[in-house]
Amino acid sequence: MANNYKYIGKNYTTPDLVAKVTGKAKYAEDYRAEGMLFIKLLLSPMPHARVVNVDASRALALPGVKGILRASDFPAPPAPPAPPAGQPAPPPPALPPEIALTDEPVYQGEPILAIAAVDETTAADAIDLIQVDYEPLPFVVDPLDSLRPASPNARTQGNVYTGAGPTLKVVDLKWTEADFAAAKEGKLPMGEAPDTFVLGDVEEGFKKADLILDETLYSQSTGHQPLETRTAMAYWQNGKLFLHGSTQSVAQTVPNIARMVGIKVEEVVLISEFTGGGFGSKIPGSGSMAIPALMSKKVNAPCMMRITREEEHYIGRARAGMYGRAKIGFRKDGKIVAMDFFTLQDNGPYNPQGDYRSAGSMASLQFQPETYRWRGITVLTNTPPRTSQRSPGGMQMNALLDPIMAQAAGKLGIDHVELLKINAPVGKAPYGPVVPATKKQAYVTQANVREALDQGAALFKWNEKKATLAAGNRHGTKVRGIGVAVGPYTAGSIGFDGIAIVRPDGKVQVQSGIGNLGTESVIDCQRVYAEVLDTAWEHFEVVWGNTAKGLPWTCVSAGSQTVHAMTRAAHAAAMDTKKKLQEVAAKALGGNPDSYQVSEGRVFSGGRSLSFADAAKKAIELGGKYDGHEVPEDINSFTKSSMKVLAGQGLIGVAKDSYKRDGNTHSFVAGFAEVEVDVETGAWHVVEYAAVADVGTILHPRNLFAQTFGGSMLGMGHAISQKWVYDKQYGVALARRFHHNKPPSIMDIPASVKIDATDIADPETPVGSRGIGEPPVGAGCGAVAAALVNALGAEAFRRYPMTPDLLLTSIESKTWQHDALTAHI
Amino acid sequence: MAVIHDMMPAFELLQPAGLDDAISLLDKYGNEAMVLAGGLDSMDWLKDRIRRPRYVVDLGAIEGLRGVKASGDGVEIGAMTTLTEVVRSPLLREKFGVLMEGAEKAASPQIRNQGTIGGNVSQDTRCWYYRAGWSCYRAGGNVCYADTPTAVNREHAIFGADRCVAVNPSDTAPALIVLDAKMVIRSAQGERIVDAQDYFIGPGTDITRLTVLQPGELLTAIRIPGTWAGAQFYVEKVADRKVWDFPLVNIAAAIKTSGNTIQGMRMAVNAVAARPMRLEAVEAFVAGKPRNAETANAAGDIAVQGAIALAHNAYKIPMMRNLVKRAIRGGDNGWASTS
Repeated sequence: MANNYKYIGKNYTTPDLVAKVTGKAKYAEDYRAEGMLFIKLLLSPMPHARVVNVDASRALALPGVKGILRASDFPAPPAPPAPPAGQPAPPPPALPPEIALTDEPVYQGEPILAIAAVDETTAADAIDLIQVDYEPLPFVVDPLDSLRPASPNARTQGNVYTGAGPTLKVVDLKWTEADFAAAKEGKLPMGEAPDTFVLGDVEEGFKKADLILDETLYSQSTGHQPLETRTAMAYWQNGKLFLHGSTQSVAQTVPNIARMVGIKVEEVVLISEFTGGGFGSKIPGSGSMAIPALMSKKVNAPCMMRITREEEHYIGRARAGMYGRAKIGFRKDGKIVAMDFFTLQDNGPYNPQGDYRSAGSMASLQFQPETYRWRGITVLTNTPPRTSQRSPGGMQMNALLDPIMAQAAGKLGIDHVELLKINAPVGKAPYGPVVPATKKQAYVTQANVREALDQGAALFKWNEKKATLAAGNRHGTKVRGIGVAVGPYTAGSIGFDGIAIVRPDGKVQVQSGIGNLGTESVIDCQRVYAEVLDTAWEHFEVVWGNTAKGLPWTCVSAGSQTVHAMTRAAHAAAMDTKKKLQEVAAKALGGNPDSYQVSEGRVFSGGRSLSFADAAKKAIELGGKYDGHEVPEDINSFTKSSMKVLAGQGLIGVAKDSYKRDGNTHSFVAGFAEVEVDVETGAWHVVEYAAVADVGTILHPRNLFAQTFGGSMLGMGHAISQKWVYDKQYGVALARRFHHNKPPSIMDIPASVKIDATDIADPETPVGSRGIGEPPVGAGCGAVAAALVNALGAEAFRRYPMTPDLLLTSIESKTWQHDALTAHI
Repeated sequence: MAVIHDMMPAFELLQPAGLDDAISLLDKYGNEAMVLAGGLDSMDWLKDRIRRPRYVVDLGAIEGLRGVKASGDGVEIGAMTTLTEVVRSPLLREKFGVLMEGAEKAASPQIRNQGTIGGNVSQDTRCWYYRAGWSCYRAGGNVCYADTPTAVNREHAIFGADRCVAVNPSDTAPALIVLDAKMVIRSAQGERIVDAQDYFIGPGTDITRLTVLQPGELLTAIRIPGTWAGAQFYVEKVADRKVWDFPLVNIAAAIKTSGNTIQGMRMAVNAVAARPMRLEAVEAFVAGKPRNAETANAAGDIAVQGAIALAHNAYKIPMMRNLVKRAIRGGDNGWASTS
């Protein structure tokens, strides 16, 4: 496809938009079913305990109470597949898997049991009547505390993950008093770290450095806090589970539900037409979805479980906080000759999180150091479960390193944009550890970071602003500064399926298995069909959000992969549709299929022409592959099941993306920020922000810019105000609601936000587009942090968010005074 | 017993149409009744199931409690007047801009549409230990969880700690103290009028309440005398976010000058103690002095004398000192444009 698209890169109105802005869109909570009951949860008041006894007799005797669900009602996790003959059996899992209810809560707020009743008031009153006896167990909420000699572990099995895959285990790992000596100087102690990778000889690298900086910073844990909490409603009909839920990814949530509930994939119908945000916390739905599903089966009635904002704080997932210490060596020309990056991750109580590895990997991509060592450790804590949050690890990398880059730019006398350009990834840039199989690093498909920085500097008027600040950065009590950062992140996967039906009424019905999580990729990716079939968008209808309607196997909407993966799948299926239209026309009208063109709802050759409607009817008549009764071998079994629903409805194009790709797809965003700080109060705000996305071909400008803007704000929020707060002594949350956790408000948005994109097609994908979800987050956070360093100096802050109290303390005392070695304050 | 939040337990909702009915209901039910104004404070207590009143007396239907009207050379504001109405009142804007600005800094536009001036000055503290239902001194227990070596107390008091270190979060209280407002309180026993600065109490007076209101008593109106009408006002609030946030420290001041000499001043700060503090020592110091940086700096130092920081709130001392300084000095011009 040439880059002169008719539909791709053009603004249009997505078909779900009117419902969203008029309030007609139905989210999980908006559904009702005959005889529906309501569920309330009993949450653990303790950060770590064993449930010794539950006396629910008074609750169950309360009129209107219909049932109770406990952890023991959940199906046993499926046994791992038997090892091949002669191979040893895999080791037992490092920790028992997290299920939605537990008898050993490992964080305060973890659900213990659920009650179903005729209404929520009754269910809540019933919860009040339940007596739970707990045996308290040791707990710890700060990962650093759990590494001190003789400190408590978050889990009875230990406190640190080691290994990966089959060697993954939880061990009891403590650092020594000598390791902790660095803490007395405010530096992050760096004891034994189980994970590392090395590129070149970092000690030799430092010998070449003219400037060496060694800085400790703390990047906080934050809840995902989507506006729509993870409410779910479930009922059973004809042996199938119907679940109304909130998810980022419709197709891939189905197997997850099946696994949690202990049923077959074919037995699940998921309805999720609209999702009020996920940010990584609902990638395949939520574990809590299993509660109404299992309760509904147990009490034989539909069950609605509405999740409150406070419950969302506990079960709604969170970004892994990270302590970071980086020693970076710069040559006087700005080149980074050595980087030694240590990351200590707050893992939460369950699955091992990959943020710290991503941070290590993304640092090697973003700064291309000549020599590099990354070390990491992930420590279990009794705080809410972590999962990927938009730019997991990438954002923390920006938060931990970009303030150091700002400091270095100042000390080296090199323009900060230039410093980033000098060290920028170029073309098929390498990153991460050396891959054993190839003995080389992995590399990206394409990086145009220098172009994005140049375009962004012009958009932001970087040089003009710099000149203005050089003439005096303080007016009255207000000091300004500017900063820049580049957020890199993965941005595309491959190998998924597409389905389109040319219907007998002439419309093309595109089946979308993408979640409608607010990004609009659920619709945008399908514009490729219009492009390939050269037919006006008005001829297309997109079906999404209900797996009973036959949806193709689709990537999870995570890792910014959707736009890349699903434009490829759409392209493959559109090409299949086109080919079938040509073949059907040739069969109907004679001639060679290749001589037929497809355009504006017709397939034609010379004077011979067939409408899409007639082609559909002919395809149904022909049957076989033309109407979907025969399907390609290589498509996913999920897609094959869907085809059974769809076969015979028209001419059906169905295909798997098997296009080649050289490299791993990544996107980049260059962010530029100007901040203003009141030096008498520490209050500050972002005056202006600009971002340029390097995401390949622009698919839908309005949405691309909205995603870039939203992602940037998420990152800036980590610098401005968002956090959570735990009391160490009791291990419980103090900040439990929005007004405590303080995501940025609408008034914290900069008055001026400018967004653009390089619009350089990615050579490794047929449409040229890559994902945008994650890279703006790190750019937003890093640029704002860098701007604060530019305004106030390197001593302004050592932890996120940089609330007025921290900045004022630094300003008043001329150096940072606050503690960078305590989490959750 | 288990803990469950975010679900109001059942109660009897009483919606009197007139003030006398409301007073008699409150008299009748005493401690069993909770007053509901805008609901921003009380709904939290109800939804968290920490306070379980048998009766909730909703004042929403009492028309007589709403509105801003001229009263002599001052104004009278009904306690149920929303913060938005306070912000939009031409009378207040003209004469008592300090209250308009203070109200405008409270919470968010949506909350100001619902929240009332009476509720804003009568709201409880936001100490997150107390609000989560911990059995602290203020809740009738014998511990302050916010004042332990590991407590997170960034938002707490630097003045007047007495077992409890909670602060008053009101954004309108300093302005009302500055304007020498009179709080009109009704009960079955009749009416009493209390100066704004005496309306608020510290833990030494009663550790379970932030105001003088007793069960059965209702704040019905706030009367602002003309004394400070048209003075030079200063209002500032420092918070983590630009909207929907409680103050870290806020300040209000009214200054009368003759030439460059300060003739008189009233000044109050909030979120530094359990009660909004009128800074009488500062007021006395600046009287008769020139309004300049030297006076301002000295006043700032006087303002924070006696402040005692907790583990995480030492910043409040320079923050309050600087707010006092600049209230006297006057704001500066800053950057000309936003970009």
